[in-house]
Amino acid sequence: MTVEELEQLKAQEQERQRKLENRIYCCTAAGCVSSGGEQVRRALAEEVKAQGLEGRVEVCGTGCMGLCSHGPLVRSEKGGKLYGDLRPADAAALVRGGEGEGSALAAREIDTSAPFFSKQLKIVLANSGKADPERVQDYIAAGGYQALAKALTEMTPQEVIEEIKNSGLRGRGGAGYATGIKWELVARQPASPKYVVCNADEGDPGAFMDRSVLEGDPHRVLEGMALAGYAVGAHQGYIYVRGEYALAIQRLQTAIKQAEREHLLGSRVLETGFDFRVDVRIGAGAFVCGEETALIASIEGKRGQPKQRPPYPSESGLWEKPTLINNVETFANVPAIVERGAEWFASIGTPSSKGTKVFALAGRVENTGLIEVPMGTPLRTILFDIGGGVPEGSEFKAAQTGGPSGGCIPAEHLDTPVDYESLQRIGSIMGSGGLIVMDTTSCMVDVARFFMEFCMDESCGKCIPCRAGTVQMHEILERITKGQAAEADVDMLEQLAALLKEASLCGLGQTAPNPVLSTLQYFRHEYEAHIKEGRCPAGHCRIDGGEEARR
Amino acid sequence: MPLTEKQTKAAVSVPPKDNRERMLERAMSRHNYSGDALIEVLHTAQELYGHLSPQLLTNIARKLKLPPSRVLGVTTFYHFFSLAPKGEHSFIVCTGTACYVKGAQALLDKLTHRCQCKAGGTSADGKVSVAGARCIGSCGLAPAVIYDGNILARVTPEQLDAELDRIGVK
Repeated sequence: MTVEELEQLKAQEQERQRKLENRIYCCTAAGCVSSGGEQVRRALAEEVKAQGLEGRVEVCGTGCMGLCSHGPLVRSEKGGKLYGDLRPADAAALVRGGEGEGSALAAREIDTSAPFFSKQLKIVLANSGKADPERVQDYIAAGGYQALAKALTEMTPQEVIEEIKNSGLRGRGGAGYATGIKWELVARQPASPKYVVCNADEGDPGAFMDRSVLEGDPHRVLEGMALAGYAVGAHQGYIYVRGEYALAIQRLQTAIKQAEREHLLGSRVLETGFDFRVDVRIGAGAFVCGEETALIASIEGKRGQPKQRPPYPSESGLWEKPTLINNVETFANVPAIVERGAEWFASIGTPSSKGTKVFALAGRVENTGLIEVPMGTPLRTILFDIGGGVPEGSEFKAAQTGGPSGGCIPAEHLDTPVDYESLQRIGSIMGSGGLIVMDTTSCMVDVARFFMEFCMDESCGKCIPCRAGTVQMHEILERITKGQAAEADVDMLEQLAALLKEASLCGLGQTAPNPVLSTLQYFRHEYEAHIKEGRCPAGHCRIDGGEEARR
Repeated sequence: MPLTEKQTKAAVSVPPKDNRERMLERAMSRHNYSGDALIEVLHTAQELYGHLSPQLLTNIARKLKLPPSRVLGVTTFYHFFSLAPKGEHSFIVCTGTACYVKGAQALLDKLTHRCQCKAGGTSADGKVSVAGARCIGSCGLAPAVIYDGNILARVTPEQLDAELDRIGVK
């Protein structure tokens, strides 16, 4: 396909969609599927046949629509209405185009002017819920692959890098390294071949952003990778996806096949001299593989154990060649930046954190689901306006960001804007985007124990501070939650935390103490209640045998 | 008694390979028997056989020209690979943060208690495997359980009791 043909296909598909009387979008992301979304989709398709509307009304699947707590979700193009908690029995009325006020279907309508929707800004998730992820035509009709066409025909690789640098885009995997600078480092390397790797080993418990992006809009990630390949001079890309994400893997593979067939990937992309292939590599369940050097080892078929850096992967990565590694969400931002310009992107967010961030909102909050907000949005807006606050009858206690590498944020810091620096200042991190709300039923000591158990299990065992330190810290935390600890244990916990931070080889060990440190900072009284008074303020921990152990 | 011609032929020729063996062979040849493809090959092998037996691992090591220690090392490093056969039914309890906050531990306790096995194990009668999983990314549906490949949302211990009763776990 040439650039002209891409334009033609876009116009054709837009025209085809315009001619339809209605297009009904069913959310087929994992959340809605497990609440019965497939049955609703099938019922709708059958109803279209039954009412003789084939060719006039189309039913298609889409990626995540966001409000997972009200799944299955369906959006009807005609009238632009969104329905939630649908049952197959609602299909007939929906296909007919709704029935007036007071009907069963009207009761399922969701108000899209509510803060959950109005306070969001979608760049990465722009197509999620609006396009069929299994049809490349849908992505093209929504303006897909235009950025790649623009870069290949109008821009030099250096110009693409400049655009990314000027946009201020920072890595969305958690660390927040400047993306443009990373690209430039790889581009400058004389060695070849070079590789582009997409890190889709989303391991943080409580995070499902990357999975939703891959399930909902796989072509956006592929286009971002191709743009990166063009910019740094790579011809081969790998996406390393968690083995648990079966649907994401399947959609990615479909998308790659379609893109290759249309010459949007493969050799001579868009009939230019640029070649770029993408292969999927499936992870096998090891959290540490989210660390870039461990991920590289895993792609090479080895144990996922990190290596000493430097040399950084940009110099010596996959098969010791220069390798660019970015996260899914980072790549998903790239097409929009190249197409709409760095200036547009940089106008969103805060001076140091540009653009938007996708969060997976879960835990004790009314509206659980997937959201995207401009950087700098206060936590309070996210949790209480968009999230709808904690359920009635309970009280907010803490928000957890950054998973096992992050921290717990108490109510007093709810007005903190979410950007990389502000979250770090209050003892947490941006992380990849998991945002878990906890109420007064959660014991903060047990939360710290939970994350430490996770890090202990997932420590790869290569360096001793992490391998032995996490075990020791977990043991102390377990003693505290059982009411069997002494006051000196807290000092020991703090000493071990400092040691792990300083001496561990990779990010897993270096950040493993964070949940402990942040809960000690804000909820020290809970630790003390367990130790000195032998009680759990949240009523969560079963404290027994405390007296005996203390003696 | 001397063998008939037909019997001799059968005795010397290689026994017909079962389909799974052929499919595994194909997966390895697709990767040119490269050691770099070990994880890909292990994925395929587990899909075909359900679990990775010592015999299977030895064969893979030989075909990919890797030391058996490397193959076993990689297999045991990753959670996804299983050296023992799985039960007839499988319950995988998500133990991600959202599920933890909403009571995943009670679900895991219920299952391990009823099936008399640890998380990651299988009941003595081979009926049920119980495992905990790292976040399965269905945080909006917490607490979630994957039961025989299907995700169950907002699960309660009572629901698990009912299902265990239904499939005949004492």
